[in-house]
Amino acid sequence: MSPQPRSPAQHVSDPIYPEAANPKYTRHHPRWHRRRIPIFWWLRKWVYTKFILRELTSQPVMYAALLILLHVWIVGRGPEAYETFVEWLRHPLLVALHLFVLGGLLFHTITWLNLAPKALVLRVGERRIPDVLVLAAHYAGWILVSAAIFWLLRGG
Amino acid sequence: MRRARDPFFWGLFSAGGMLAALLLPALFLIVAVAAPLGWFGMTAHVDWLALVGNPLLRLGLFGLLFLAFFHAAHRFRYTLYDGMQLYHLDALISVLTYGVATVLTLIAAVVLATAG
Repeated sequence: MSPQPRSPAQHVSDPIYPEAANPKYTRHHPRWHRRRIPIFWWLRKWVYTKFILRELTSQPVMYAALLILLHVWIVGRGPEAYETFVEWLRHPLLVALHLFVLGGLLFHTITWLNLAPKALVLRVGERRIPDVLVLAAHYAGWILVSAAIFWLLRGG
Repeated sequence: MRRARDPFFWGLFSAGGMLAALLLPALFLIVAVAAPLGWFGMTAHVDWLALVGNPLLRLGLFGLLFLAFFHAAHRFRYTLYDGMQLYHLDALISVLTYGVATVLTLIAAVVLATAG
């Protein structure tokens, strides 16, 4: 009796490979057995969406860094170039875009600082400094640094 | 080789994330919105030349920009990797994201070195 050639799409129950009972299982194409995950899997639950939004704050961070660099460059190009640049910044569409970017930056700051107690475990002797204190110290630092920046750039 | 490099980029990501969290909202709000529009009693006619002329401020700004670029690159690399499930393109994505961050850092170095 000659051995039967196995078909790649064999779906019958197999005592040696019981998973072959799965109608989707095909021995010679094991990749087909993987479950496909939809590309928008992160819209299903708010925690997933929040995670992806947090990861996407890389783009506002990139934009803000570039705009600050552009600002320094324009300042060096003289008063006329600077006035043109400021006129651009006053355009309502750019103001709206920049408020949106600012929202992204704030989302980055809040999610980043909220992780600080997990990243930074401080102890005094045997006792662990409570998360609330670590959190409060970080937010206080943020407010102080922001106030210093406002003072430095207050102009007039 | 890849494993040996990852803690280095993670360190840049972490330092850049902290600096961006503390400094960028205030800096961006003032430079992009508040100063041009005159919000909070601010003005567009700050003596920017005096500020840019300060080498310590320029050095500090370079540190912020360099770390922010690499923070964003590292984070975006994993957004593409996990979010878009582009596992097989990891090498290409790494070269592109860190490559862009490197080029922008060099541009920032040139702009800030010649801005005084």
